[in-house]
Amino acid sequence: MPEASPLAVGIATLVMVALNAYVVLGGADFGAGVWDLLARGPRAERQRAAIADGIGPIWEANHVWLIFVVVLLFSCFPPVYAHLSTVLHIPLTLMLVGVVLRGSAFTFRAYDSTDSPVQRQWGRIFAVSSTVTPVLLGMCVGANASGALAVPADGDFVTRYVAPWLSPFTVTIGLLGLAVFAFLAAVYLAVEITEPELQEDFRAMALRAAVAVALLALAGLWFGRGTFAEVTAALTGRPLTLLFQTLTAIAAVTTLVALWRRRYRVAQGAAILQVSGIVWGWGYAQYPALVPGVHTIGSAAAPAITLRLVAIGTAVGLVILLPSLAYLFRLFKAETTRPFVRVDTAEHPVPTPPRASR
Amino acid sequence: MSDLLAARGQMAMSLAFHIIFAVLGIGMPLLMVLAEREWMRTGETVWLDLAKRWAKGTAILFAIGAVSGTVLSFELGLLWPGFMEYAGAIIGMPFSLEGFAFFTEAIFLGVYLYGWNRLTPRAHWWSGVAVTVSGMISGVFVVLANAWMNAPTGFRLVDGRPVDIDPIAAMLNPAALPQALHLTLAAVAATGIAIAGISAVALRRDPTDLVHRAALRLALWVAVPASLLQVVSGDLSAKFLAEHQPVKLAAMEGHFETARGAALRIGGIPDEAASTTRYAIEIPRMLSVLAFGDPNAEVKGLEAVPRDEWPPVLITHLAFQVMVGLGTLMAFASLWVVVCWVRRRDVVEDRRLLTLLAWLMPAGFIAVEAGWVVTEVGRQPWIIHGVMRTADAVTPMPGLAAPFALFTLLYLFLGAVVCWLLWTQIVKGHAHA
Ligand code: HDD
Ligand code: HEM
Ligand code: HEM
Repeated sequence: MPEASPLAVGIATLVMVALNAYVVLGGADFGAGVWDLLARGPRAERQRAAIADGIGPIWEANHVWLIFVVVLLFSCFPPVYAHLSTVLHIPLTLMLVGVVLRGSAFTFRAYDSTDSPVQRQWGRIFAVSSTVTPVLLGMCVGANASGALAVPADGDFVTRYVAPWLSPFTVTIGLLGLAVFAFLAAVYLAVEITEPELQEDFRAMALRAAVAVALLALAGLWFGRGTFAEVTAALTGRPLTLLFQTLTAIAAVTTLVALWRRRYRVAQGAAILQVSGIVWGWGYAQYPALVPGVHTIGSAAAPAITLRLVAIGTAVGLVILLPSLAYLFRLFKAETTRPFVRVDTAEHPVPTPPRASR
Repeated sequence: MSDLLAARGQMAMSLAFHIIFAVLGIGMPLLMVLAEREWMRTGETVWLDLAKRWAKGTAILFAIGAVSGTVLSFELGLLWPGFMEYAGAIIGMPFSLEGFAFFTEAIFLGVYLYGWNRLTPRAHWWSGVAVTVSGMISGVFVVLANAWMNAPTGFRLVDGRPVDIDPIAAMLNPAALPQALHLTLAAVAATGIAIAGISAVALRRDPTDLVHRAALRLALWVAVPASLLQVVSGDLSAKFLAEHQPVKLAAMEGHFETARGAALRIGGIPDEAASTTRYAIEIPRMLSVLAFGDPNAEVKGLEAVPRDEWPPVLITHLAFQVMVGLGTLMAFASLWVVVCWVRRRDVVEDRRLLTLLAWLMPAGFIAVEAGWVVTEVGRQPWIIHGVMRTADAVTPMPGLAAPFALFTLLYLFLGAVVCWLLWTQIVKGHAHA
């Protein structure tokens, strides 16, 4: 198997960074949809409004991370992209339907001010697709991590296109993904909201989700025993694996304690660390395999010139991107009192027109 | 339906859907910032009203453009893994750069839409400019990837595998400039003509309607130059084809036999079996002039290559006639507008011009779709011109009719909802300013 160049490893790391950003930012958007679905009780409508306002200005940007992952994969590891999209054709297609419905329903709900029954339907579609999509995403990741994607070329339809991604392990990882996203969303919302009642609601949601994450993680370990990632990790006895696990565990406990004591900012930081720990723990465990049993970083990497150009392009792109992103977040997420204005709400004042003479 | 046919159908349908939003995603922000600029300059609220309406439209369209674009980036692999495995390393570059352009666009659109009363008017306007520019750049980058499929460069073939890859050379392929130019102009022209058409309908009913007067004026500012330049740029594209993709050009023209001093055919129905084109109006030597600038130049016919390398001639030819026909009408309307401007005559008073503009409302979009059909169907049977056949790129996954049906239904539904929303919220919608 060809040795991976440092550049290829660097780009693979970049893929992980983008994936991590997608989970931490885009994931919370999905999670918010889950809570929209689960909103109950006297404050349900206010909860939904808070969720919509929190997502509003930044959700488009959050979803570009997924596109980054895809683009980096097909430019820098083309065989991996080809293999994944062949074997995972069915769940990826279903996931896309979810992405389409979710994105459009969210926008339609925001702009369709005609009547509330129709709007409620959009809300429902938004919430349901937000819930289904992360499960499918998680199943794809789980299928890859478990080594199930090394399928024989001559198997029948089920062996090649269904069995690899449909197993107790992948379903567990799918649900784990859902729980993680819901957990992140509840923690972020608790930080952002100022109304004490709603804040308590989101805190309770976060705590419930944290329990679900813990239980599903245990279930994942159980169903995942003997799978690729675990075996390689055990075989190579990588010291860092233990480090990742320890860090994740510490972060998890910190989040819980902070939530309990209503220290929301701390909880948010720790939750991000915890979730990132899961992502990197998985990535590190299967390193240097990209599709375990089929492709490694070394075997799948594009020629050095492509990698170099993509690296340069990324560096230049980030110089534009990061300040813009920081600006966006500073504009909309920094303050705690957030009198959010939807574009379509009529009552906000028109900014004073500058003098025509100037 | 064979799996290959289903895959082609699904790709064509997804792209045809996405391109509408991509084109509007380039054109609408341009109009929006121009309107806001007018408001900043004059302080008349009618411009602010327009800017806000268009911003709202842009937001709806952008969201659908983003989701349908996400679908496309997956479909490249879901349907054509063979192509991506081969070409990913060569044309990944423009796609990665495009990713950054999208990102910038999405960020500043967020700033623009939600920042009306959080930014100074000047900063707000600049965020609109950032949306416009990054939208245009993202369109150009994708088209560079498509241009490479028409004129593959930047690698050498050794035993059927690409070696000595040079992504920069691939990006700057010979089709890049003509296609990028033609597409960007198309986006501006199509959006401008559509908005002018909508305004013309309203003004025919009520010529005093100030909002639509303003909208018409702005839309014509961008549509007129773009429509006129489009003819020149189309000629540039045809010259590119004459040199690099003569078979496509021959199919577009229904030109079967290689000939010197070839005639240009307008209309007509090509008959592949009989290798002739019937019922066309022929302009002697014109094709040679248009393709090579020389009335006696030789223009290759379809018969220069084996039949299994012919694209579907009828579709390519008809689509080309539609595009050029509509392009000519748009250019004609634009000239008429210029005449009004020169004579200092109010366009709104010219009812016949208004009627023409009203009828042309969908013309740009139909031309865009037809133009893409020319480019893509005319390239068949190749997915990468002269290098890889479409049939060799398709996924081995069976049953592709199912996802094709699924996405068709989904897009029909979305398309209907978007039309209805734009109609109720933007066209008829009461102004909020
Ligand atoms: C508003 C839309 C519009 C209008 C009015 C025109 N076109 Fe066009 N045309 C397009 C929109 C378009 C397009 C959809 O944007 C295409 C598809 C691929 C591309 O780069 O641009 C295109 C492709 C395209 C091609 C194929 C390029 C290739 O395959 O590489 C040619 C030769 C022309 N056009 C020529 C013309 C001519 C001679 C026109 C005269 C009026 C014209 N177009 C008007
Ligand atoms: C957005 C406007 C576009 C439209 C309307 C369009 C239209 C089409 C059509 C009609 C087909 C089917 C052709 C056939 O099989 O007979 C097709 C195929 C395809 N297009 Fe495009 N296309 C567009 C842009 C692009 C771009 C920008 C790319 C790539 C960068 C692209 C990549 C492909 C691929 C990979 C196929 C499948 C293989 C093939 O049939 O050649 N297209 N497209
Ligand atoms: C195979 C072809 C294509 C692929 C894979 C593709 C991919 C994408 C993706 C992933 C997005 C979403 C980005 C976001 O979230 O902001 C998008 C949006 C967009 N695409 Fe495409 N695209 C294709 C064809 C085209 C073409 C031909 C154009 C040319 C004009 C274009 C122009 C745009 C623009 C301007 C947007 C921004 C969204 C909007 O303003 O509506 N795309 N595309």
